[in-house]
Amino acid sequence: MGTGVIELENVSYSYGGGELLSDVSVQLQPGSFHFLTGPSGAGKTTLLKLCYGALLATSGRISAFGEDIAGLDRDQMALLRRRIGVVHQNCNFLDHMTLSENVALPLMVAGRAQDAEQDNLNELLNWVGLGNRLEAHPPELSGGERQRAALARSLILSPDVVLADEPTGNVDWEMSQRLLRLLVELNRMGKTVLIATHDLSLIRAAKSQVQARVLRISQRRLQLAGADL
Amino acid sequence: MSNGDIRTLLRRDTRADRVVPPTGFTAQLTLFVSGAMAFLAVFALALSLASGRLADRWATELAGAATLRINAPAEQRAAQTEAALNVLRQTPGVASARALTSEEQAALLAPWFGPDLPLDTLPIPQLIEIVEGEPGLDAIGLRLRLGAEVPGAVLDDHTRWREPLVDAAMSLRRLGWISILLIGGATAAMITLAANSSLAANAQIIEVLRQVGARDRFIAGAFVRRFTYRAFFGAAVGTLLGMSGVLLLPEASDAGGFLTGLGFQGMGWLLPAAIPLLGATVAFFATWSAARRKLKELS
Repeated sequence: MGTGVIELENVSYSYGGGELLSDVSVQLQPGSFHFLTGPSGAGKTTLLKLCYGALLATSGRISAFGEDIAGLDRDQMALLRRRIGVVHQNCNFLDHMTLSENVALPLMVAGRAQDAEQDNLNELLNWVGLGNRLEAHPPELSGGERQRAALARSLILSPDVVLADEPTGNVDWEMSQRLLRLLVELNRMGKTVLIATHDLSLIRAAKSQVQARVLRISQRRLQLAGADL
Repeated sequence: MSNGDIRTLLRRDTRADRVVPPTGFTAQLTLFVSGAMAFLAVFALALSLASGRLADRWATELAGAATLRINAPAEQRAAQTEAALNVLRQTPGVASARALTSEEQAALLAPWFGPDLPLDTLPIPQLIEIVEGEPGLDAIGLRLRLGAEVPGAVLDDHTRWREPLVDAAMSLRRLGWISILLIGGATAAMITLAANSSLAANAQIIEVLRQVGARDRFIAGAFVRRFTYRAFFGAAVGTLLGMSGVLLLPEASDAGGFLTGLGFQGMGWLLPAAIPLLGATVAFFATWSAARRKLKELS
């Protein structure tokens, strides 16, 4: 067993008779910053889902914080997900709840008194620039606001790892830079960050701010990307 | 599941309860089914209790009395009646015995022959009312003695009337309880269907909750509380309506017979209060079981 917070060893994943990922091995070291890139449909989202247990590998081994994900029961899996913040591509909000309630959802499900965490919640929402949108409902938010709210929700439990799936997919360049700065800032706080994106300009822009490893999925396999990025 | 688990699941948490959208047809369905079933349960309970009372009354009243009929020619009737009364006075287990007056016998026959029946001109047997006492009447021994001393006497200890009546009342009582069980089962089935439908309709919300680290207990609890409180409220309304219906039934009277005695008496009025609690209990376990099954299926 290695020293990574999340480790994939010879992982393959098949769906509907076809193999989507083949023999993938990678370690996310504590405090590291990774980009995961590749064309649409290459398997970036699948790889992220494998990392937080939303999908189980067809073969190979995935461990998070030293525990084999395949051996976890549903309750243990829930506890694992509280240590991994995920920014989903489509944000996955509950539309009948306010922005503030959506961001506080992980606190609620973890049974942590929301009143005691109210200051943290407000601070976090101010940090992502949504302090004035607490009572708005998700359908009322712009694409950038939704992405920042999703980032805030992924951080509310102060997870060790942040996985972001196309966090800049629906926002303009200025907003994508703002989101990138937030993620880099998180990494400087010691969080392990993995961003799945097909946006190479985002990766280039990050080079000046953070030392990042770039992984590329190509033909179902994971490779360390070269200097051409 | 321990009592502590049940208390935790039922504890109101307005924030956690908000994760399940409050609208949807399952809400109306649960309220309606609980209300309707509670309404029916009130009547089944009333029927069952009334049948039980009736069975007890018939068993007690008829078991404590017997009738002696003197079938004798008119000129011997008085002498045989007196002889029979003498025998009865000496018989253990007879608390009292008296010959019915002509007016009382006429009143007994009035429903069939009208009030102007000329009893004196008809060969009507004399009836003697016997009230049993301790240690109970030995009907076989009494018949033998009467056979020897009062040839026209026929003893009717009401056994052949009493047993089928008591059996019928007991069957009605059983039917009442079976109805209550069926109502409980039907409620459980309907609430299970409603809960399954609600869980399926909210599959996306369940997925989001799981993604942010919700355990099955948290998700199931949100649904269980929603359905349990709805069922309790619906059943409470149904029970009140049912009790109002029972209250409006005519008072028990001799003229009305069995039907007018259908209702609650004394402390029996408190029993329907258990119906909303039972409804909520049924809803709790039905939803809990449906949620556990569905969450396993969705994982």
